Amino acid sequence: MKKTSPEVLPAEGGLGNEPLLAVDNLHVEFRTRAGVVHAVNGVTYSLNPGETLAVLGESGSGKSVTAQAIMGILDMPPAVIPKGEIRFRGTDLLKLSEDARSQVRGQRIAMVFQDALSSLNPVFTVGWQISEMFRVHRGMGKKEALTKAVELMDRVRIPAARQRVNDYPHQFSGGMRQRIMIAMSIALDPEVLIADEPTTALDVTVQAQIMELLAELQRESNMGLILITHDLGVVADVADKIAVMYGGRIVENAPVHDIYKTPAHPYTKGLLESIPRVDQKGQDLYAIKGMPPNLLDMPTGCAFHPRCPYRQDICVTEAPALSGISGTRSSACHYWREVLDGTHE
Amino acid sequence: MAPTSEPILEVRDLVKHFPLTQGIVVKRQIGAIKAVDGVSFDLHRGETLGIVGESGCGKSTLAKVLMALERPTSGSVKIKGREIAHARGGELKRMRRNIQMVMQDPYTSLNPRMTVGDIIGEPYDIHTEVAPRGDRRKKVQELLEVVGLNPDHINRYPHQFSGGQRQRIGIARGLALQPEIIVCDEPVSALDVSIQAQVINLLERLQDEFNLAYIFIAHDLSVVRHIADRVGVMYLGKLVELGKDTEVYDKPAHPYTQALLSAVPVPDPEGRELRERIILQGDPPSPANPPSGCRFRTRCWKAQEICAEEEPLLQIRPGTAHESACHFAETHDVVHIG
Repeated sequence: MKKTSPEVLPAEGGLGNEPLLAVDNLHVEFRTRAGVVHAVNGVTYSLNPGETLAVLGESGSGKSVTAQAIMGILDMPPAVIPKGEIRFRGTDLLKLSEDARSQVRGQRIAMVFQDALSSLNPVFTVGWQISEMFRVHRGMGKKEALTKAVELMDRVRIPAARQRVNDYPHQFSGGMRQRIMIAMSIALDPEVLIADEPTTALDVTVQAQIMELLAELQRESNMGLILITHDLGVVADVADKIAVMYGGRIVENAPVHDIYKTPAHPYTKGLLESIPRVDQKGQDLYAIKGMPPNLLDMPTGCAFHPRCPYRQDICVTEAPALSGISGTRSSACHYWREVLDGTHE
Repeated sequence: MAPTSEPILEVRDLVKHFPLTQGIVVKRQIGAIKAVDGVSFDLHRGETLGIVGESGCGKSTLAKVLMALERPTSGSVKIKGREIAHARGGELKRMRRNIQMVMQDPYTSLNPRMTVGDIIGEPYDIHTEVAPRGDRRKKVQELLEVVGLNPDHINRYPHQFSGGQRQRIGIARGLALQPEIIVCDEPVSALDVSIQAQVINLLERLQDEFNLAYIFIAHDLSVVRHIADRVGVMYLGKLVELGKDTEVYDKPAHPYTQALLSAVPVPDPEGRELRERIILQGDPPSPANPPSGCRFRTRCWKAQEICAEEEPLLQIRPGTAHESACHFAETHDVVHIG
């Protein structure tokens, strides 16, 4: 492992006013043969220690691409980051060398992926894969690393960890595999954990187990958690604050209680009205008409305008900026006041 | 929708075991995966029966057996009083006109080399008596209109449509033969949230329009609550609870149903600290070797000796108004706070 000069690496502690992680006006494009795909168009959000930020959006909204940019695991090319900053403890990760970046990745900022089966290597035992973190990053010997792996498997509550450490991924159930992924991601005590749809492939009872586990680990270590999901139910359960993404932009940013009570963007409002709930027998579901935008050919002005019931002429010509409603909330809609009041036909 | 007296679909003691074999030259059966193991229910005209359960509980196998895509090991499936499970040839073909299926994945269930017109019109090639050759194009265009697609797109290919639109194509194909029963196997789980609502509303509108009966199989309990009139909960190949949606969701009696419902996240952060959570430990046992007696007993907090010895039958239990399969059935609302 190469030595990196200490001044480029963000120091621990001494946060001041700077949040733990701040994404600032991030843009990501994919230059493909069919044209330029504008996947992320100016995303801004921040995360503090111990906090859970939920990034909510449908497929193609740019939520995963933003996370991959933070981790530095985008394939570049075709991906290009034309502008923006990702500040981790005040240091812009995008300006770091690849060596310095790999010091952050996995150790300080870690990630859990959606599909645990395809993220694990089928030909190595899970113990080997978990202990790899210690061998590579901490320079431990095989035996010592394996002992640490067993400890970690205990910590993520895999029963009979000592007996199962030499099993292969296919011998575990979906929920257990996701626990193994979580064990690998928290191995080096990261300060930020990004969980990209961690429970989407799992059954509800297993989902409840995994979300509980993540919450406990977060309480133990005070890490910041970015939860990327499309599930409004999961978000309501665990998030402190929410960033709603649509067409590569954040359309609404708010503490969790505000957003469910009084959404300030027509897209958020539509989403909340379109989901069936287990605790009530609803009437007709409200359906947001139309389809999510084509990222190769984004609508002019506000990306949501072709589907929006509040649309006026200005929405077609001018993209609304994400502007503050109150100290903690912001919305990217020209008519957020009307949406908030519910004054609409 | 008030169900009429005569059930349109009767399922009795349906069993489907898949043999487990050992040996390459001489195959010996060493056991069986008990995917569906004694399921009985009725479905009435114009009614929706939701089947919920986690992966591996046998709900998709149940769908295949109902469609006679798989032959049951034992038991019977009767459509309007006639047995489909053992029907063959022309008789089976005629019966299948009455029961159609909408698949889960709109990306792989449509042939990419066929136009939408050919896909939706294919049932007419098999059942030529339904639409004379000259009428087919017009019929397909009508179907496209019914499911909310542009009839002029009849010559397009599946890849030119979005996921939600493809699911509408799958639904149009299911409607082509004017069946009375449609089996929907996870019809919205592959779709985005904002598109899900469109497809659910479409299914409800079609039910009113054509008086369809749905078997609606899903793992998403919120979606099932919304669409179903009655709900069956499956665990390891058996129905553990069956009742009206209000009974099952507001007064669940089986511990498994209670755990399942309590695990469903509610999209409302209000009072989230107060919500009751029953976190089940471990994973479901293998359907090749289910526990004796009650199959849920290995994860159940109420389990007693009797649960290992005697299998609880699906029946109405004291203090409850609907059927459940638990020796200690007791209604307990886990979904609502306070």
